[in-house]
Amino acid sequence: MRALFQILKEVAARPSGAVGLGLVLLHILIALSSPWVVPYDFKAISAMDILTPPDAKHWFGTDQMGRDVLTRTLLGGREALLVTAIATPLAVFWGGLLGIYLGLVGGRRDDIIMRIVDAFLSLPWILKMLLLIVTFGNGIHVLIPTLAFFYGIPVIRIARAAAHTVVARDYVLAARARGEKRITIIRRELLPNVLDALMVEGAMRWSWMLLAFSSLSFLGFGVSPPTPDWGLMVADSRTFLPLAPWAGLFPIVFLSSLIIGINMLADALAKTLGVDRAQKAPI
Amino acid sequence: MTQVAMIDIRDLSVGFSGSDGRARAVLRNIDLQIQAGQSVGLVGESGSGKSTLALAAMGYLKTGLHVFGGSAHFCGADMFNLARPELQALRGGKIALIPQNSGQSLTPTMRIGAQMTEALALHSTLPPAAHRQRSLELLKRVRLPDPQSILTRYPHELSGGQQQRVAIAMALAGEPAALLLDEPTTGLDVTTQAHILELLREINAQTGTAMVYVSHDLGAIARVCDRIVVLYAGEVVADGGVRSVLRAPAHPYAHGLLASITRLSDARMPAALDGRPPAPGDAGPACAFAPRCALAQERCRTERPPLRSLASGEQVRCHFAEQTPTIARAQSRPARTAQQSEVQALNLEQLGVSYARPNWWEQLLGRAPSASLTVQDVNLQLGPGETLALVGESGSGKSTILKALAGLLAPAQGRIAFSNEAPLGAEVEQRSPSQLRKIQLIFQNPDDSLNPRHTVAQILAQPLELYFKLGRHEIVQRSIALLERVRLGAHYMDRLPSQMSGGEKQRVAIARAFAAEPDVVLCDEVTSALDVSVQAAVLDLLDELRAQRGTAYLFVSHDLAVVRALAHRVAVLYQGRLCEVGPAASVYAQPLHPYTRVLLGAVLEPDPDHTPQLLADDVLESAPPAQGCPFQRRCPVHQGARCDGETPPWQDAGQGQQVRCHIPLVQLSQAIALATEARHVG
Amino acid sequence: MFKLLLRRILLGGLTVAIVSLIIFGAVEMLPGDACTALLRQDAQGDTLRVCREELGLNKPATARYLDWMVGAVKGDFGLTAHRNKKVSELMGDRLKNSLLLGLCALAVGVPSAFALGIAAALKRDRWLDLTVSSMAIAAMTIPEFVSATLLILVFSGWLGWLPGIVTASANAPISAFFPEIILPVVVLSMVMTAHILRTVRSSMLEVLDSDYVRMATLKGVHYRRMILRHVLPNALLPAINVVALTVAWLLGGVVVIETVFNYPGLGRLMVSAISDRDLGLVQAIALIVSTVYVLVNLSADVLSLLANPRLRTSLTRSR
Repeated sequence: MRALFQILKEVAARPSGAVGLGLVLLHILIALSSPWVVPYDFKAISAMDILTPPDAKHWFGTDQMGRDVLTRTLLGGREALLVTAIATPLAVFWGGLLGIYLGLVGGRRDDIIMRIVDAFLSLPWILKMLLLIVTFGNGIHVLIPTLAFFYGIPVIRIARAAAHTVVARDYVLAARARGEKRITIIRRELLPNVLDALMVEGAMRWSWMLLAFSSLSFLGFGVSPPTPDWGLMVADSRTFLPLAPWAGLFPIVFLSSLIIGINMLADALAKTLGVDRAQKAPI
Repeated sequence: MTQVAMIDIRDLSVGFSGSDGRARAVLRNIDLQIQAGQSVGLVGESGSGKSTLALAAMGYLKTGLHVFGGSAHFCGADMFNLARPELQALRGGKIALIPQNSGQSLTPTMRIGAQMTEALALHSTLPPAAHRQRSLELLKRVRLPDPQSILTRYPHELSGGQQQRVAIAMALAGEPAALLLDEPTTGLDVTTQAHILELLREINAQTGTAMVYVSHDLGAIARVCDRIVVLYAGEVVADGGVRSVLRAPAHPYAHGLLASITRLSDARMPAALDGRPPAPGDAGPACAFAPRCALAQERCRTERPPLRSLASGEQVRCHFAEQTPTIARAQSRPARTAQQSEVQALNLEQLGVSYARPNWWEQLLGRAPSASLTVQDVNLQLGPGETLALVGESGSGKSTILKALAGLLAPAQGRIAFSNEAPLGAEVEQRSPSQLRKIQLIFQNPDDSLNPRHTVAQILAQPLELYFKLGRHEIVQRSIALLERVRLGAHYMDRLPSQMSGGEKQRVAIARAFAAEPDVVLCDEVTSALDVSVQAAVLDLLDELRAQRGTAYLFVSHDLAVVRALAHRVAVLYQGRLCEVGPAASVYAQPLHPYTRVLLGAVLEPDPDHTPQLLADDVLESAPPAQGCPFQRRCPVHQGARCDGETPPWQDAGQGQQVRCHIPLVQLSQAIALATEARHVG
Repeated sequence: MFKLLLRRILLGGLTVAIVSLIIFGAVEMLPGDACTALLRQDAQGDTLRVCREELGLNKPATARYLDWMVGAVKGDFGLTAHRNKKVSELMGDRLKNSLLLGLCALAVGVPSAFALGIAAALKRDRWLDLTVSSMAIAAMTIPEFVSATLLILVFSGWLGWLPGIVTASANAPISAFFPEIILPVVVLSMVMTAHILRTVRSSMLEVLDSDYVRMATLKGVHYRRMILRHVLPNALLPAINVVALTVAWLLGGVVVIETVFNYPGLGRLMVSAISDRDLGLVQAIALIVSTVYVLVNLSADVLSLLANPRLRTSLTRSR
């Protein structure tokens, strides 16, 4: 824990880290406090007030159903953050463990599982997720495991590669020569050294997951209306966008700032820990 | 002295801005003048700034470094203020660099021919049509066999020695007036190194090219240079003729350095130099060597000594240089004999190891892979408390044998056993805890063999927990005791590897090995990655630990001088097969096997009058021959079909020395002597 | 060398086979089948049984899998859920359209990515680099639907320069898609360019710092020649793999773009197939898409092999 705090301090010392951390914390704060802060009920429809521009009564204006955009925007990140905040650690955990194990053990098992991983990665992400969502529904109890499962797969690759570099080191050989058990070697020698790469990857996964989540909502497969969600709001606002850009622009600003914040944080984290962030396409 | 120096460096200071904003100097007030035709050695350890100085002569500084003051001129041109086109015309042309690691310094995507032609196009006056011919000539000049084929190859297809020769050829393309050589033979085999140094001597003699030879290896410098400049902490501390500096060093650092080097001719343990050199940029305003100096007085700690001339002509940076000869050579003693103990002997019988994996067809049929074994037919005995050295060059299989002993590699044949016990399991997983405890391994690179995330306390606790099941308190007690035995204090317990120097880390690795109270310690090139002045201390420590407990060492090294100081017995390996085994004293005094002669002949001493004997060609073999003597392709006294087809028998030369050769021992020395003469004539 | 190529091709084939198993297996495990989708609320009792017999759904899974694979190889994927069209015909048009979109994006994206990445690396930390790098980060992190929406707002809504929606039908000839295809191509290539650019830039920086480039400098090689002969060939090698990965991503990312712009491509078809529970169609699309992915990766592998002297020569030359 102390080490984590130390790392965060160093990250905050960098300009990109400070900005990133600030944005992320701001969004978390908003998500946590918004239900008590928002001026209106997010469901409240008003036929008279549709598509009004921002004014004193509605700071962010209203959408095509007369709902207050400020309220919906402030609340819009809650579901996204909740789902991704749970799914990300799960993904990194299971993908990381499997990847480290494969990196250490190598051989036949490694070959077979990596073939299957490659096969999985060859399917477009949206296909995989939609199949499950459409079959089982789009509640949180489906979204979280689905996202955690599919986004854990690329983590296997990263963890395995990181494990490969560590396994070649003499200190792992030394542990093996001493006669340490395999599980001890994983826990004591590999894990602490692979953790850096996993942390950075975790931050990146979070940002990709948010992207996926909001894209799913946009397509209509994520959060169900009338629950406010940024992706959904952008989709709703499309028809009238040139006339009433505020209905779409505010959620866009919020969503983008969160994702950019996470990315800046990941970048600063990578630089602090000395991890080389290989740029990979999402999923 | 009135002649204008070709390389004229005056009061040059170079450095970087540290993270705290302070200016840190890597080179301080360097004055160096090199005349045409001179061959100067720049000697120093890590952090001395020698590479930076050599590159500065070309006007080049690594990113992050700036010139703080002074200048560097080459043939009158101010290298740091020259316009780009002129700089490019000079570099690679009149002043050329031969880099340290040629493998990394040749562009991987360009063929050798293309890279040579590029150099010629830039710096020679020949028309393009003549370039190929000239490239071939240059390659022949550096003694590369089959130059036509080399031109078509890519850098990664050549061996280390070949790459280095190509680098030399490219540097010669522009007919340079000065050559800068940055540790050109580091990392090469002993015999390869000797050949390349001879080549450099020839070039210097024939063309009168000035040479600046940067190295930490005094033996190499003694061979090639006639003048030595010693650098310490970014300053010139000694500058004089090679004979006077090496035979009667005037600066205490040079004196200490020479005393701490192992020599072939001297079986005594070298005298270690305490402490370590300061990190780059860390030297204070006074004499940088004072903390380690036997002559240090108050004046040294406050006043920086100037560079002054002594009666002998040598220049020295020391207040008390005249007193240097009086420094008592610290008692170097012969290798200690072990006390009697209950440690058992280890036997290797008919050991054979292979890295080849059976292909799928062989796997199907359950057969072993058909390629030649990497190591074959090794029979060795390691007595209690003795140090047996395994020597050989790359490909000799010495590390492979250690891995098999440690259980990291399953042998294809043979068995390993402690006397009076059942054979050891092939791999670690199959050995009993007591067997595992009795054999411990120390690795070459201390940066790699300690987990960067673990403190010293955690590192030492691991074997103690694993083998002895001790309580927390006991573990701490024992760890501290171990640290004291390796001459580090209890205050090291909380340190991370990144907070320790190479020598300190290696001591921790040694402590870790001894924590298990082993009977046998396998040492894999344990001093090769350390600075010269630190090696002696580690060797001494190893010897002391061995004597205390009666542990036996299997000591692998390519450095024959180090082996001389430490080992009781020596086994010489070539391509994974034994050539000669015997007491160190006998083998060194009277090497019998042709390969042993080649190996010992190629070793360099820090003595300008010592001439290495090059008995065999510098050819790298990638695999052992399928039959017969492993040395058949390079042996100077090759006897024809017999050597190619039949495995040579063991012959006993007395006093435990055994040689594997077809030629009867009585005739062997003479045959080699004749071959040596023939080589020198031809 | 041929042995290695052959091995790669076989591995690719194996991957496709595994994918087909995964697809088939996943669909099998989901509740419901073609008949329940077709009959919906009528899907019970005798009606269901008869339907299943007609469609051959009562055969064991392995038999059905083999039937399907054999048909796939021949290009025949059966009929859609509504039994009114041949899947292959439906997919054919859509595939053509998606390929058009993808290829245009590649044609725009890849060259600009390389050019910008190289330029950014050469002018490291100066304003060109900072601008390009920031823009790349922005393009990578902002979801495609956001950038698409913004671009439509600006270029179609406010400025009126380009159409914001695609009105051409699925089987329209290629020329009918211009100029409507411009905005979708821009959005797609933005993301692609960003990813490739970052890799090219970091690869260039690594090579610029290498020992051999330093040696070339100290040999007196002129700047332009050094970049062309020493830096670029080494820096661009790793980029091949990233291009392949990005193309693979395209196959998924194209769905959102097609939805936003109403583009009649394979992505939108996939989404509607899933919504309609038209499992036969879904299976077919999944198989085609992953085969394309495997082919792209294979080509990238082969290209890397040919371009990298280390791999090339160790196979052809005997030491």
